[in-house]
Amino acid sequence: MATTDEMVQTVKAFILDEFLPGEPADSLTGDTPLISGGILDSIATLKLVMFLEEKFGVVLAAHEVDRQYLDTLNDIAKLLAAKQR
Amino acid sequence: MTSSLHGLFVAAAARHSDRVAVVLPGRGEITYGALDRLSNRLRDRLHAMGVCPGDRVGIYVGKSIDSVAAICGILKCGAAYVPVDPTAPPARNAYILDNCRVAALIVESRFRAALETELEALGPLPPMLGVDAAGTADALAGALDAADRDAPAAVVATATPEPDALAYILYTSGSTGKPKGVMLSHENAVSFVDWCSEAFEPSHEDRFSSHAPFHFDLSILDLHVALKHGASIVLIPEERGKDPQHLAQLIDDHRITIWYSAPSILSLLAQFGDLRSHDGSSLRLVLFAGEVFPVKHLRTLTALLPRPRYFNLYGPTETNVCTYYEVVPPVPDERTVPYPIGTVCSHLRAKVVGTEGEAIAAGDEGELCIAGRGVMQGYWELPEQTARGFIVDPDGTRWYRTGDVVVEEAGGVYTYRGRRDRMVKRRGYRVELGEIEGGLYQHPRAKEVAVVATPDEEAGVRVTAFLSVREGAPPSLVEMKRFAAERLPLYMVPDRFVWLEALPKTSTDKVDYQQLKAMSQDRA
Repeated sequence: MATTDEMVQTVKAFILDEFLPGEPADSLTGDTPLISGGILDSIATLKLVMFLEEKFGVVLAAHEVDRQYLDTLNDIAKLLAAKQR
Repeated sequence: MTSSLHGLFVAAAARHSDRVAVVLPGRGEITYGALDRLSNRLRDRLHAMGVCPGDRVGIYVGKSIDSVAAICGILKCGAAYVPVDPTAPPARNAYILDNCRVAALIVESRFRAALETELEALGPLPPMLGVDAAGTADALAGALDAADRDAPAAVVATATPEPDALAYILYTSGSTGKPKGVMLSHENAVSFVDWCSEAFEPSHEDRFSSHAPFHFDLSILDLHVALKHGASIVLIPEERGKDPQHLAQLIDDHRITIWYSAPSILSLLAQFGDLRSHDGSSLRLVLFAGEVFPVKHLRTLTALLPRPRYFNLYGPTETNVCTYYEVVPPVPDERTVPYPIGTVCSHLRAKVVGTEGEAIAAGDEGELCIAGRGVMQGYWELPEQTARGFIVDPDGTRWYRTGDVVVEEAGGVYTYRGRRDRMVKRRGYRVELGEIEGGLYQHPRAKEVAVVATPDEEAGVRVTAFLSVREGAPPSLVEMKRFAAERLPLYMVPDRFVWLEALPKTSTDKVDYQQLKAMSQDRA
C-alpha cells in the first residue's frame, strides 16, 4: 500500500507527462494552482480524476471533482489521505 | 404591439402562479408567484437606489434562484441587465461594469472586496445591493429585507419599455483586447423567444436545463422561453455542469425535457456519462450551439439517446440563434463532415456576400449576413465597430456580418466553412486571438506575442502562443499558464507556449501568422 507521498509523486509524474510536456519537474510544486492556474481544463481534470480512480482504487463524489479538492498537489494529497481512512 | 421580455414572464406568472419556476437541485425551488413577488421587490428597491428606465444594472452573482430573480427585477425596473462571469478575473468584470456605467450593481459578498478594489481605480463606485451566499432566493430576500429596514422602498409600476429599449448587454471577446458589449433590445429578445415557441412548442410541463451561465446568450433561451411558457428551469450548478456522470443522474432526477448547451459537455456525456445505466427518457429535445459538434461524438450520443429530437442551432451573440438544423438519427457510420447550420429562422433573413459585401453567385462560398427583428442594436459605445459590423442596403435594411464563411445548398440550407477573421470557438466561448495576445503582452518578459489557433482532432481547436523573450531565460510553462489564468478567463489560456528568438515577419514587417500556424501544426 503506497504512502500518500508516493501517491502524490505518481500523480505529479502523470500531470507532467500528460499536461506539461517538456517542463522541468521542479516547476510543479505542492502549491502550484492546477485548475485555477490554467494547467488543467475541464477535460484534463476529468482525465486526472479517472487516473486517480483507476490507479488508487478511490471513488470521487460529484462535489469533489472541483478546484476546492483538486487545485494543487497538496489538495490532492489531502483528498487521497482522507480516502485511505 | 410587441410585449416586453418581462411582460412574457408576468403574463405566465399570472396563469401559473403555483407552478415551479426555478429549481436549484438539492437546495430548493421557487414558484412563479413567489418569483413574481420577489422580482417586484427588487424592482422597487432598484428604483429607490436611483435606477431609471434605460439604465444598466450589473449582476455579479453565482448562478442561483437569486440571480434569476435579479434578472426579472431589473427588467421590471425598465433597465437592461448586464451579467458578468463570476469565474472571470475581477479586473475584467470591473472593466465591463465601468464600461457601460451601471447605475447599480447586485453583487454577491464573496466577490465584493476584490471587485471594489478594481472599480475604485476606475472611478466612483455604483450603488450596490450586496447578497450573501446566493442560492435559493433567501439571499436576495434577506438583502431586500435589510434595505427595507433602513428605508422602505416605494412600490412602483412595472416598466413598459419601447421595443427598441435595451433588455440586456452581453459582453463578448473584442479584437482590440477589450471585451465589447452586445446590446439587445426587448424586440430583439422577444422575437427570438417567439421563434423558439414556434420551433420547439414548449409548454408549462417542460423542464428546461439551465446549463449556460447567464453572461452567455444560450441562457436567453433557457430562462426567457421557459418563463414565457410557465415551464420549470432546473439550474445546473457549475461543478455538476462539467461532470458527465453526475449530469446524467441529474437529468433523470429532475426529469429534464429540454437540454441546451455547447456540444463539448454533450461529447463528455456521450463518452463518460455512463448513459447506458441511466434512463434519459424525460428528454424530448436536445439543442446544441456555439461550436461544431464532432460527428463521432454526436453519433455516440444519438445512439445512446435515440428518443429526443436533436437540433443544431447557430448564431452569434449579435443575433442569438439565426439558423437551425434538425439532426435525425441515426448518424451514418461513414459520415465524417459536421452537419449543416441549416435554414434561417422565420423572424430573420439571411444572405451570403463576397469580401467587399457584394452579391455573389448562388452556391459560392461567402460571408453569412443576417437581417431582421432579432439583430442587435449595436456594440455599446463603439460606433465604428458597430458600423463595420453591418452592411446597409439602399432601402435601409441593416445586415449583420457574422464573419462566418458559409455555402448555401439546396433548400436554403447553409453549411459552415470557417471564420473570416481571427476568432475561434473554444469550449463554446468566442475567443478573439487578439485578446489573448493583449493579456500575454502584459508579462514583463514578453517582448513579442502572437497567438494562433489550429484544428485539433480531440479538442476541436488548439491555441498556441508564440513569444520572444525580453531578456534572460523564458518563464516556465507553469508560470505562463498561471499568468494567463490570472488575467484572462480560463477558456482563453493557451494550450502551448513556444518561445522563439524573434517572431517571423512578412515583407511588410507584420507578424507572419500563416507561418506561425504552419509551425504550430508541425509541432504536433
